[in-house]
Amino acid sequence: MRYLPLSGADREIMLGRIGVSAVDALFADAPPECLRDQAPDLPRRKGEMAVERALGRLAARNVSAGSVPFFLGAGAYRHHVPATVDHLIQRSEFLTSYTPYQPEIAQGTLQYLFEFQTQVAALTGMEVANASMYDGSTACAEAVLMAQRITRRKRAVLSGGLHPHYADVTHTVCGFAGDSITSLPPDVAASEDIISQIGPDTSCVVVQSPDVFGNLRDLAPIAEAAHRAGALLVAVVTEAVSFGLLTSPGAQGADIVVAEGQSIGNALNFGGPYVGLFAARSKFVRQMPGRLCGATVDAEGRRGFVLTLSAREQHIRRDKATSNICTNSGLCCLAFTIHMTLLGGHGLRQLARINHANAVALADRLAALPGVSVLNRSFFNEFTVKLAGRDAAEVVERLAACGVLGGVPVSRLLPGAGLDDLLLVASTEVNTDEDRAALADALAAVLGEIAAC
Amino acid sequence: MLNRQGRPTIAAGDAPVVASAAEHHTFTGNRALQQIEPLLFEIGSTERCGVDLDEPAPFTARLGALEAAAPVDLPALSEPETMRHFVRLSQKNYGIDTGMFPLGSCTMKHNPRLNERMARLPGFADVHPLQPVATVQGALAVMDQLAHWLLTLTGMPAVALSPKAGAHGELLGLMAIKAAIAASGEGATRNVVLVPESAHGTNPATAALLGFRVKSVPAREDGAVHLDDVAGLLGPDVAAIMLTNPNTCGLFEPQIVEIAAALHAAGGYFYCDGANFNAIVGKVRPGDLGVDAMHINLHKTFSTPHGGGGPGAGPVVLSERLAPFAPVPFVRRGADGQFALVEQAGEGDAAQAFGRLTAFHGQMGMYVRALSFMLSHGGEGLRQASEDAVLSANYVRASLADLLTTPFGDRPCMHEALFDDAWLKDTGVTTLDIAKALIDEGFHPMTVYFPLVVHGAMLIEPTESESKVSLDLFIAAMRDLAMAVKRGDVERFTGAPRHAPLRRLDETRAARQPVLRWTRPQPVA
Repeated sequence: MRYLPLSGADREIMLGRIGVSAVDALFADAPPECLRDQAPDLPRRKGEMAVERALGRLAARNVSAGSVPFFLGAGAYRHHVPATVDHLIQRSEFLTSYTPYQPEIAQGTLQYLFEFQTQVAALTGMEVANASMYDGSTACAEAVLMAQRITRRKRAVLSGGLHPHYADVTHTVCGFAGDSITSLPPDVAASEDIISQIGPDTSCVVVQSPDVFGNLRDLAPIAEAAHRAGALLVAVVTEAVSFGLLTSPGAQGADIVVAEGQSIGNALNFGGPYVGLFAARSKFVRQMPGRLCGATVDAEGRRGFVLTLSAREQHIRRDKATSNICTNSGLCCLAFTIHMTLLGGHGLRQLARINHANAVALADRLAALPGVSVLNRSFFNEFTVKLAGRDAAEVVERLAACGVLGGVPVSRLLPGAGLDDLLLVASTEVNTDEDRAALADALAAVLGEIAAC
Repeated sequence: MLNRQGRPTIAAGDAPVVASAAEHHTFTGNRALQQIEPLLFEIGSTERCGVDLDEPAPFTARLGALEAAAPVDLPALSEPETMRHFVRLSQKNYGIDTGMFPLGSCTMKHNPRLNERMARLPGFADVHPLQPVATVQGALAVMDQLAHWLLTLTGMPAVALSPKAGAHGELLGLMAIKAAIAASGEGATRNVVLVPESAHGTNPATAALLGFRVKSVPAREDGAVHLDDVAGLLGPDVAAIMLTNPNTCGLFEPQIVEIAAALHAAGGYFYCDGANFNAIVGKVRPGDLGVDAMHINLHKTFSTPHGGGGPGAGPVVLSERLAPFAPVPFVRRGADGQFALVEQAGEGDAAQAFGRLTAFHGQMGMYVRALSFMLSHGGEGLRQASEDAVLSANYVRASLADLLTTPFGDRPCMHEALFDDAWLKDTGVTTLDIAKALIDEGFHPMTVYFPLVVHGAMLIEPTESESKVSLDLFIAAMRDLAMAVKRGDVERFTGAPRHAPLRRLDETRAARQPVLRWTRPQPVA
């Protein structure tokens, strides 16, 4: 087996040194009736070519986003990732290292974590950021738990514009942890009155902008109302490129900002691995979950970095920890950091402008089709389309049959909510005019029952 | 800490940088391949960009009043500068590809690059999680096949794939247990989770997060959890035990079957922390031991890269009793051979599902890598890998037992060898010093001070990936260090590491005066 360096002769010598005659003697503590004398009933080993064939066949059964005009978003976005990013994250010393518990030989990881934290704090408009979470949805649930620790209150209010998966994860985690969650109904028009839901028992309000329907939300009045009531505002962002063009959640008064960072540096990956961004006001830093990297000096006075404030964490505090998390999303946050390094603030703004311009062009194009209306007053790179009287899921299936991946039907995220005629459509920098024309033509054909494709 | 040329300068009271005794100064402060690399913010500028982006065609913005007045204040680097910056940073890191990485409990095994190539096939990497299921049948087939391998290897009937790490899997397992207890009407009374003192810190943290009361099972001098100790704590209030097997002392729990049976007889569940599954793949099936739920760290046992601390993946295998409570999403194969995704809790197959633990479907990129690893090994290769991992750990143990001290006598270990610090008593050298001296010898240190129940613990996990030559060099280096301790060469240890990019770091200062981000230096007035 190509991955196993020990030879039969090596094994014999090693058994001799140990003083046993067979390896099973080392398994003597296992109940004899449970120790299996045969290899498991699974296929035999395969060489590289055979594995490539087997997995290549499975990969070929998927329609990859790059092979068709593609307009899906809803929390996962297709952006161009520079070649530099994927090369660098495959450097052995990044790819095959562990959590930097021995900082003298992990300064590479620690320094990029420090740079990541700085970038995330700047993008979100906050004072501190951690070294990343599993993804945006788990970061959202952790933010609600954190707000509960800070305010010592037990009721969180979730906006009806929050991504339904984020709401479900938050309900699940916080429900088990004993919190009560008030979820507002799906809010397609961004017209909900969330402020009236804030009461003296409210730990936080959770508002996403751009929301899951693409609307931009003015967070400032919500932050003000929350603060008046002693509650926190948790802002959620699922499209990190939007940080380049929009007023930051921090500038609008958010206390905790969580985001999905996939859009910057990371591929779609069928939903994971992604990278959760988590930022807050510095006065809350000791209540934050996850790892934090901090600057310090070595014995010779040289600057270096270490994991710090670990008195919050499970390996020290055990059942008193702020969270049970003991990992971050290291390599994905490295990809984020490298892509952000290439972009900088100006590059990100330009990238965001291109996204917005493409989405505006697509919205105008689709709105001109009979039976199609764009519901958003404002949006960044994604908006909601109403297909009068048509089932959006069925339309999407038929678009796929025409070779266009045309969006996410709202019913996929909110089945049974009576929103079956709504379609979420995103357009990023990867879409061309030809792509937009292909979607418009295919949609017109499907809606007009024309067998055009 | 920064001067206006953007170079890191000496922090503590402007003391000059003192080179170690054996070293010469250089003008730049660099030492050949060891280069000082400033923060990107110190060498970047807002005038530069490493990406060429065209001006979009004229458009009318639809951003309401929320357009930011100015770009985010973050400098950029050009592409060549970016490449050099991150390559230099990488050179300050130790990885498995650098050398032996015997970090106990972490299973730092070889990461085959074939797996990276497979995960990057556009059919896997460039697929959106919400595409119509007809367009992602291959992705769902990967999930189905991975599940089949995991179920066969564990002898369990069900698996939930979505957790993003081991601790996330623990959360899933205990939630399923809590849901099952609630469904049986005992939710108000059955609220204690038993956790051995030797457990990973995530175990009590997970239980506490879910509102369970944590009761500690005491450590015994033989490193095992005893049936008597568990039985004494059992009662109608006990929801579960969280037991690691093989345990964190590197031992197979001798009474595990009896403990599981006692738990079940008392109405509780057995959560097994599967962090150490690498010792028993193809040898022992957790299902045969009475396990109700166990997470499997794909980033340990099945070699998805640790990546400097993630991303991980922690699927959880479940018993018949817990399977109905598994969260969404999951894959179902229809009669027509087509795969479907069950994404909504509370309906059909997912009628009793306790909810959702993450957006979308979990760590697809890790599923592909783990499946590639499994296909490469085959059933017999995985069994051989576990045997080699156990053999290598015992070889290290047997080769050091005369110089170091073992807390549990001369018994064999599983895939990690545990030593305590009794042999360091009154020498002036600590476990931490040994770790730092190993760095100078070109190794990544073992896990130190864990498990907590062993004084000054050193937990060595060589994995199956080390050649005998490599093991012998590690053993020789450890023996040389032990001899140096006995000679009283304390200086070699307390000053270590000397040859790493940095000397020991001041962690107290980092925690007392937290500096968690770079800030732009203010001009001097």
